[in-house]
Amino acid sequence: MDALDIARWQFGITTVYHFFFVPVTIGLSFLVAGLQTAWWRTKKEKYLKLTKFFGKLFLINFAMGVATGIVQEFQFGMNWSDYSRFVGDIFGAPLAIEGLLAFFLESTFLGLWIFGWDRLKPGVHLATIWIAAVGTLLSAYFILAANSFMQHPVGYTFNAAKNRAELTDFGAVLTNKVALVTFPHTIASCFMVGGAFVAGIAMWHLVRHPARDAEAFLTALRLGGATLIIAGLATVVTGDSQGKVMTEVQPMKMAAAEGLYETKQPAPFSLLTIGTLDGSKSVYKLEVPRLLSYLGTGSVNGQVKGINALQSEYEQKYGPGDYSPNIPITYWTFRAMITVGFLAMAGGAWMLWSTRRQRMPTSKWMLRTALALPLLPLVGMSFGWIFTEMGRQPWAVFGLMPTAAGVSPGTTAAEVLTSLIGFTALYGVLAVVEVKLLLKYIQAGLPEVDTTVPSDDSDAPLAFAY
Amino acid sequence: MELTTFWFILIAVLWVGYLVLEGFDFGVGMLIGLLARNDTERRVLINTIGPLWDGNEVWLLVAGGATFAAFPEWYATLFSGFYLPLFLILMALIVRGVGLEFRGKRPEAMWRRRWDAAIIVGSTVPALLWGVALANIVHGVPIDSHKEYVGSFFTLLNPYALLGGLVTLTVFIVHGSMFVALKTVGDIRKRARILALKVGALAAVLAVAFIVWTGFDQGKLAVWLLGLLAAGAFVGAIVAIFRGREGVAFTATSLTIGLVAIMLFTGLFPDVMPSSLDAAWNLTTHNASSTHYTLVIMSWVAVIFTPIVLMYQSWSYWVFRKRIGVQHIPMDVLTK
Ligand code: HDD
Ligand code: HEM
Ligand code: HEM
Repeated sequence: MDALDIARWQFGITTVYHFFFVPVTIGLSFLVAGLQTAWWRTKKEKYLKLTKFFGKLFLINFAMGVATGIVQEFQFGMNWSDYSRFVGDIFGAPLAIEGLLAFFLESTFLGLWIFGWDRLKPGVHLATIWIAAVGTLLSAYFILAANSFMQHPVGYTFNAAKNRAELTDFGAVLTNKVALVTFPHTIASCFMVGGAFVAGIAMWHLVRHPARDAEAFLTALRLGGATLIIAGLATVVTGDSQGKVMTEVQPMKMAAAEGLYETKQPAPFSLLTIGTLDGSKSVYKLEVPRLLSYLGTGSVNGQVKGINALQSEYEQKYGPGDYSPNIPITYWTFRAMITVGFLAMAGGAWMLWSTRRQRMPTSKWMLRTALALPLLPLVGMSFGWIFTEMGRQPWAVFGLMPTAAGVSPGTTAAEVLTSLIGFTALYGVLAVVEVKLLLKYIQAGLPEVDTTVPSDDSDAPLAFAY
Repeated sequence: MELTTFWFILIAVLWVGYLVLEGFDFGVGMLIGLLARNDTERRVLINTIGPLWDGNEVWLLVAGGATFAAFPEWYATLFSGFYLPLFLILMALIVRGVGLEFRGKRPEAMWRRRWDAAIIVGSTVPALLWGVALANIVHGVPIDSHKEYVGSFFTLLNPYALLGGLVTLTVFIVHGSMFVALKTVGDIRKRARILALKVGALAAVLAVAFIVWTGFDQGKLAVWLLGLLAAGAFVGAIVAIFRGREGVAFTATSLTIGLVAIMLFTGLFPDVMPSSLDAAWNLTTHNASSTHYTLVIMSWVAVIFTPIVLMYQSWSYWVFRKRIGVQHIPMDVLTK
């Protein structure tokens, strides 16, 4: 492996890893804020207990999101310096704005929320978690706008003398049509993750310890389950619009996602294929007629271009080369994303159904589903991103800069390998620690809460301390 | 003023903010090993920075982002060139951040000892290496005609840079001690002052040597003046500690760090990364910058949002102004 391959592995591993924590942060911050609002309104103790319980899990997760995010900020420069030189004029701006607008907001207001229970008035304290939650959305928007530029460059000109892309219209970058569909789809799936997290944990408690805080956990289950299903529907709807935009701006990605070699009109949606995906032969194919036409173009009769036609089109435009991404990976990750998403929604629906009118489920299968539920949409998001990013290959910036041209020319394979091994090993250890810690806090159940008014005694213990 | 100059200044300001703010929480992180005698005292120390450290670290992230946006060539050359030191810094920041958040989450002594080690190492390594990195940037490193760094890891470990690293390391310990003295009550407060005096004497010698070296290296009058002011502020800090004026002392250590950073950036300007091979290959605010259009947009964003950020960050410092001591540390962990 050369520096390029190692750098790609490193980027993939560190980003996918960072993105395990991000959706939990985004989804859970709103759910915790909602729970605290319910407490503020009704003064029912169960809401306060749930706020503190999920709030603690949220913070354990957030710590990892922050720690892994720091690497993201710098690794463009470390491993992709020529990429940074090429797009910095455009790509740097959203990144800097994300820090200034979003990261300051999140970190400061979460600090206030964590330690502010006895220092701030209840209304102000409640506002801090909402502000932090809004901060996560800002953060997501700017980073996704940056990523969307890579999928579909807009608002720039190419400066041949300096060999770089230069910004001409920042508004166009922020309102890139890819960003406008990516943001709602990503946020909707983040809410799926948040909902599944809350519902899964609540259900686990209901089955394992039916006598402990059942009322509170039933409430949490409803909240989580409903969030999961509503967000799931929103994910499907927004995913459909993403399909259309993608077919328009990156037709090769859509063709690859379907393993569609020959242009077809109307085109069927392939559910699964057994055999080869290099197009030579398929042993068994399950297809839904016309669905791909609809997904890609919005019309059941639309034409969807095939890989072969696109390949020759691109060769004329960009010169000789291979312009198709890795077909098996794009084909299967796209399907896996959708499948686990529907499984998660089904799991959520089953949980809501089996607790109708305060019923208490007891089955072993329910316990297993409860354990798997939070992972399903999370894994779905990873598949979605791996699909998106691998489907863009061989381009780093579609049509403008090949991935291979972006790697740092001066860094050696040994250096990149060192950091790849270092980050991967550390991330692995931290994953084990984090999961164990989460499980410990999940098992501990709802905390005791103290609803007495904070005293003025200057020696009173802190409401929260590390 | 040219926009590129404005952005050079803004990035310098972000570094000043970062070094002053994270400087004291790096200091506190190291003091866990130097000052605290038992678990409760370690918790007192950690809780003085608990609500603040993450916000402090964002100054670095924004400095990084702003460099990317305003001077992409600088961002690219710096971080790909200083690859291994940056990798070490990132690893350290990861274990430190996780350590600060996770340490108190379980009661076992073993668990806490391990995370304490992570916090101490995670604070020491960047405190040292940021000084090394900044000194190298200002002094100049081998950069070729393609704006690529062509030195090795060991090129960066030259005596001047190592001295710079020792300065940040020791000054941060003093700065952190003053923060602790300002934010705690009881025995720990007294010991923090004593430690600050001891380390302060060493830090003063190192800092003066570094300032003089930088003065000769850069040969600019402004650098000498700023260096003199920084040294003066540090002497003032030590006198104030001696007299028990903690607020004054902390202000003075903050000033020292800020002035040293300003001195370095003044020495650097108008280069952003001088080449030690050929002055024609220097990265400057002109040849490393983004387009005028990008700088205009970023300037508006910065002018509007920086004051807002400063306002709410100050408010957060105000909310957590109360001193803490061992009596404030609650006993239970899992249930709180
Ligand atoms: C639980 C998560 C989840 C679920 C159930 C779905 N997606 Fe998705 N999808 C994502 C999570 C996700 C994602 C991780 O958030 C991605 C990666 C990049 C992006 O914008 O969103 C994504 C990308 C993505 C893309 C690629 C966009 C591009 O590369 O430009 C398309 C076309 C779809 N999705 C379409 C769908 C459809 C039609 C779905 C259901 C019927 C669907 N997704 C369910
Ligand atoms: C929105 C912000 C993101 C940006 C700016 C971004 C940018 C990049 C860049 C610069 C590369 C390296 C060049 C390349 O190999 O193509 C890359 C590759 C990759 N990214 Fe993203 N990415 C983003 C989000 C994500 C997310 C959220 C994930 C997954 C969870 C992800 C997964 C990957 C993977 C797996 C690769 C490796 C692909 C390959 O090299 O073949 N990315 N991305
Ligand atoms: C590859 C590009 C990415 C970069 C450079 C990046 C950078 C960062 C950094 C530096 C942090 C730490 C912030 C802190 O200290 O508070 C962070 C956290 C965060 N990032 Fe990323 N990130 C990337 C991908 C993404 C994506 C794709 C999203 C959202 C869709 C995202 C959303 C967030 C959020 C919500 C946080 C807050 C805390 C948490 O992660 O739990 N990031 N990111």
